[in-house]
Amino acid sequence: MILLPAAAVAWKYVLAGTPESAPNYKMSDHWWGMLIDVSKCIGCGNCVRACQTENDVPDGFFRTWVERYHRSDWRMTNPKIITANPLVDPDVISPDGGKEGFPVATDESGEYFFVPKMCNHCSDSPCTQVCPVGATFISPDGVVLVDPTYCLGCAYCVQACPYGCRYVHPEKKVADKCTLCYHRITKGLTTACCEACPTGARQLADLKDPNDPIHEFLKTHSVQVLKPQMSTGAKAFYNDLDGSVR
Amino acid sequence: MSGFKDTGHLFRFAGLFVLAFLVFLVVRHYIVPKSFGEYGHYRGAAMGEIAARPAKFAGHESCEGCHSDVQEVKMKGKHAHVNCEACHGALIERMPAAPQPAPSLYRRLIALVTPPMPVESPFVRHADDPGSVIPPLPDTAVLCVRCHTASAAKPKGFPQVVPADHSQGLACGSCHKPHDPGMNAGGAK
Repeated sequence: MILLPAAAVAWKYVLAGTPESAPNYKMSDHWWGMLIDVSKCIGCGNCVRACQTENDVPDGFFRTWVERYHRSDWRMTNPKIITANPLVDPDVISPDGGKEGFPVATDESGEYFFVPKMCNHCSDSPCTQVCPVGATFISPDGVVLVDPTYCLGCAYCVQACPYGCRYVHPEKKVADKCTLCYHRITKGLTTACCEACPTGARQLADLKDPNDPIHEFLKTHSVQVLKPQMSTGAKAFYNDLDGSVR
Repeated sequence: MSGFKDTGHLFRFAGLFVLAFLVFLVVRHYIVPKSFGEYGHYRGAAMGEIAARPAKFAGHESCEGCHSDVQEVKMKGKHAHVNCEACHGALIERMPAAPQPAPSLYRRLIALVTPPMPVESPFVRHADDPGSVIPPLPDTAVLCVRCHTASAAKPKGFPQVVPADHSQGLACGSCHKPHDPGMNAGGAK
């Protein structure tokens, strides 16, 4: 009685096979990543709203969000001294994920910057390693995806992601995360967040495309990834990233 | 004389083992999706299913196909690099959800074990059917200040104003034309 319905559901997917969504798209020709230029971000929240619209992300949950950092003058003049409470300096806020922008900053002292965050689509991702059922995986074109029909909702991956980029969907009860708009990039479109960014702070990058401007950018700029010490092979490349960003 | 006596129970056990293994293979054949293992330890078909989702943001290329006159104006101004949907949003509307028939007893039993995914009603896009979704004109008093309100947190080179001082309550669109916001852009759309 327990096996039969489960078998029926499984049978549905056996019959379905692999749908052909983008006939000209060849996975082996691509290796996707994202370039995020911190110096260009103005914290308007367009990317967060676009992501929620494009992907039906429920309120209070985020596939991408924006954080605003404020480093004090003291911190900037003493960058190597560890403060008593590093959570206070730099001061980091992200009201509702930055979806509706940020309160006006009137304190002229120190330095401010906005850091858009999202799944880093790691090439050696901790989240895929801990999934017990093979529901989350790295696609051959370098995108970390979740198979919602296989996910048990155990949330191991939510705990494993060092960047806090996953959540359990409140209705579907399965892990959910940025898909790098897989349904768009496989059709030749850019991601919704890139499409909606008014300053070009986000750029979709195809690391296998020799003509992609990412290659020249990586050569000529000081580009970093978040938490490099974790060796996750993160593919969200940050330009002008401050060392205080966590 | 054989050294093996009373070995029948071993053969019966081995037979049972072989039978159980065959049953396992048959069940596994039907339970494990065909595409599992196609690319790795996951269901290969999942990528196709995720990729098959419809896009809501049509992309600026779609807009420019019909609105080339606006595009020409925009390319001359400071908003040349701002994509259409950054301001206008994804012009989509959800269709009303179709009434669903009452689930059969079998479906209700399945739902006890594997709860069904919520069914999303389809949507229509302005880019696909311009008449189906009539784009509202964005309110410049709300839209422009999202990016251009002065804040010490924004990059110094980014154009910013204190709206109350700058426009004395007038909507930005009273003086600036959003597609080419420079004050010398006479007659711009």
